[in-house]
Amino acid sequence: MSLRQLSAVACSATVIALALPAFADSPASNSQPDYSSVSEFPPDPFPSTYHPLPSTPTLIRHVTIYTGTGAEIDDGDVLMKDGKVAAVGKSLDAGSGVTVIDGTGKYVTPGIIDIHSHLGVYPSPGVDALSDGNELTNPDTANVRAENSVWPQDPGFNTARAGGVTTLEILPGSGNLIGGRSVVLKNIPSVTTEGMKFPDAPYGLKMACGENPKRVYGSKGAFPSTLMGDVAGYRQAWADAQAYDYQWKAWEKDKKGPPPARDIKMETLAEVLNGRVRVQMHCYRANEMATMLDVAKEFHYHIAAFHHAVEAYKIPKLLAANGTCAAMWADWWGFKMEAWDGIRENIPMVDAGGACAMIHSDDQNGIQRLNQETAKAWAAGIRVGLNISEAHAVMWMTLNPAKALGIDSVTGSLENGKAADVVLWTGNPFSVYSHAEKVFLDGALVYDRDDPKLQPKSDFELGKLGVTGGAL
Amino acid sequence: MKRNHLYMALALAGLVAAPAFADTYAITGGTVYTLGSAGKIEHGTVIIKDGKITAVGADVAIPADAKRIDATGKMVTPGIIDPESVFGLDEVDAVYQTQDSSVTSTHFTASFDPTSGINPRSMVIPVNRVEGVTRAVIAPGNNSSILQGRGSVISLDGVQGYVLKDPVALFVTLGEAGQKTAGGARAAALMTLRESLQDAKDYAANRASYDKAARRAYTLSREDLEALQPAVKGEMPVVVQVDRASDIEAVMSLAAEFKLKLVVSGGAEAWVVADELAKAKVPVILNPTRDLPEAFESLGAEFQDAVKLQKAGVLIAFEVGDTHKSWNVRQYGGIAVSNGLPWLEAVKAMTVNPARIYGLDKGVGSLEAGKDADLVVWSGDPLELSSFADQVFIRGKAIPMIDRQRELRDRYLSYIKADASVLPPAYSGN
Repeated sequence: MSLRQLSAVACSATVIALALPAFADSPASNSQPDYSSVSEFPPDPFPSTYHPLPSTPTLIRHVTIYTGTGAEIDDGDVLMKDGKVAAVGKSLDAGSGVTVIDGTGKYVTPGIIDIHSHLGVYPSPGVDALSDGNELTNPDTANVRAENSVWPQDPGFNTARAGGVTTLEILPGSGNLIGGRSVVLKNIPSVTTEGMKFPDAPYGLKMACGENPKRVYGSKGAFPSTLMGDVAGYRQAWADAQAYDYQWKAWEKDKKGPPPARDIKMETLAEVLNGRVRVQMHCYRANEMATMLDVAKEFHYHIAAFHHAVEAYKIPKLLAANGTCAAMWADWWGFKMEAWDGIRENIPMVDAGGACAMIHSDDQNGIQRLNQETAKAWAAGIRVGLNISEAHAVMWMTLNPAKALGIDSVTGSLENGKAADVVLWTGNPFSVYSHAEKVFLDGALVYDRDDPKLQPKSDFELGKLGVTGGAL
Repeated sequence: MKRNHLYMALALAGLVAAPAFADTYAITGGTVYTLGSAGKIEHGTVIIKDGKITAVGADVAIPADAKRIDATGKMVTPGIIDPESVFGLDEVDAVYQTQDSSVTSTHFTASFDPTSGINPRSMVIPVNRVEGVTRAVIAPGNNSSILQGRGSVISLDGVQGYVLKDPVALFVTLGEAGQKTAGGARAAALMTLRESLQDAKDYAANRASYDKAARRAYTLSREDLEALQPAVKGEMPVVVQVDRASDIEAVMSLAAEFKLKLVVSGGAEAWVVADELAKAKVPVILNPTRDLPEAFESLGAEFQDAVKLQKAGVLIAFEVGDTHKSWNVRQYGGIAVSNGLPWLEAVKAMTVNPARIYGLDKGVGSLEAGKDADLVVWSGDPLELSSFADQVFIRGKAIPMIDRQRELRDRYLSYIKADASVLPPAYSGN
């Protein structure tokens, strides 16, 4: 039995122990079992086993720092210690045992966070056997989890890291109304997905508006086949989840009698209704986003972010009023009808309109240059007089996605005590000519452009052209 | 006869002259990258008259009637040429009613030419034109044959006389896609191509017998055999979509046998055979941002592809592979430079090199007297993300720097800035 299989067995054993009542403790066969450990929301069945890689205290000096909070420090220093940002400022003391990196002429930003990725679930190579991102057998698959499809050997994780991406959310695809749970990963090489899981990051629930679900099911002659079908589908799912939640809450008052039957699908939806799982919703058009905000009001849940949000520039004030972010591309448009109104000023206009704006990739290539995509959007805003600083625009790829993921208290900006997720750039990250030179994750150097030993390759890449020995 | 009608229509489209009116312009003060023998000219002047460049230099007399464009502090380059596009053919990708670039047909294969279906009023054209894309090669597609058809060259400046050359090239797909359409084996795809070329030659030598039905049967129709003639005579480029090094080698061998004017498109692993490509003078059209093993045929994809090919002496041209965002070739060129390609080579790979690959360089691709005035005044380094096209000229016309996206932007920008009491955006005029 492989180590992986062994750990899977160990894992399920833990789950069973936690989820089932402890019959062994019952003194007599006719007395009620002890249900004290049973609850509507059992612990995570796939707990994170992530551990930061070893690190040494490091001071990067004389760099231009974009802190991720909108501030810029020229000729500044960043001190990383014990995996955390220990100090950000000017002329910091190195202290003993600290590795000093002279960053003259270079730039530092927080690690890039991509809120919308399918790495691992639609990996390279893009063959059918590895295509695991869309469970297209039911329009509501709230029961599935992207983490159970992630192939950690996707070479795309490595190329994304070389582009400065330290944290990413892996989502199921958008073929379903409710696609399933997303997972937030630390971008670290790992044999297991659990080894990449961002400890304590809230789960997301992928939902999708618009053309995709109605096309997938409509083309099979099934429900939904229209936008009104889409909306009816979401509402029924929430209504069912409410009933499930009421049932559990009623039982949990005194835990008398056997608990309600566990329903994995309902459990995830009920977690959303209880604010434990964040809704990440694929939605292009302004009117559909507005409709979804109404549905969220009806069922008392919150939409963390609309993803793609090609028409978000038409409704920034509505987004701001609802505290819902928009995660966007710099310039994608025209690939389908609901993307026809895409414009290059989307992100800066959403930002200027007062809403929380961010870049996202949804693409194994785009994720390698989110700094460039941010720069394009920023430049488009500047051209039309939206006076946004580069330091502010850096938030679009760092702190704002951290907020939408609910991890902004631990990462996303260079502030004391936060994770030392840091990128040292060879030059201004808004220039096409700049590269991520060094990438730190929890203070550990996980990528170095100048050191082949710190450019990890996945198992899949061994033996291929341009990588190692065997290839002629 | 249907065929003759088709050919006549295409010939007519090609013969229509460029619009007659054109102002005289003097673009002054900019850094001019001629990409011709004059090289780079600081504080250069470019004179445009009657659609052509009439003079380029540091010390050029400015005609009295010239409209002056001050390009001080800016850069001037030839316009971008998209080497494989579907302009005017595919409006909204997932709306099949607006898709006219490819067919699923065994009736028209080599002869399929989508050019007559082009809509020059496509809204995709201005979106790219205002970003400096001035000319494009139209590439056909066929889901049922390795022979994709024939493409043309169009100008993105208007609704008349925009077809500049048709046909300009034959397009073929090998590799994984070719393997699939040829029945499930790469060798079958190559055999199909070989048989098509042999039949085309045999047909050309025996037309009279063929017309009397006294010749053996061919797999291809007469239309297709005719369409292959310029290719088998070595007069027309044959653009072959292929990524894997061994597939490139295989088609190079076939091309040598039939003396084809081969162009490799895709070329993820072309760097592996860079020296052979250079020796055989086979150009490569590639996307320089591919670095992932996205398929088994592109396991060797890497950022160094363009760098190694150029260094070996291969003529390279860049493509984005997405006509809606053709303008992003500037960013892709910048990425190639950041990975080691000389800056000027990246600019050439999106202007003069595609012109050379398709044999258009006598008329376009560089800023020299007598050439078509397709050029762009850039706010700064055209490869840099913060730069933009300040003014685009196509065949001597200053293009209106407006498109649907900018109109949408302006409508909602004023709404964002205004207070809530204004009329809804739909009332904003243009």
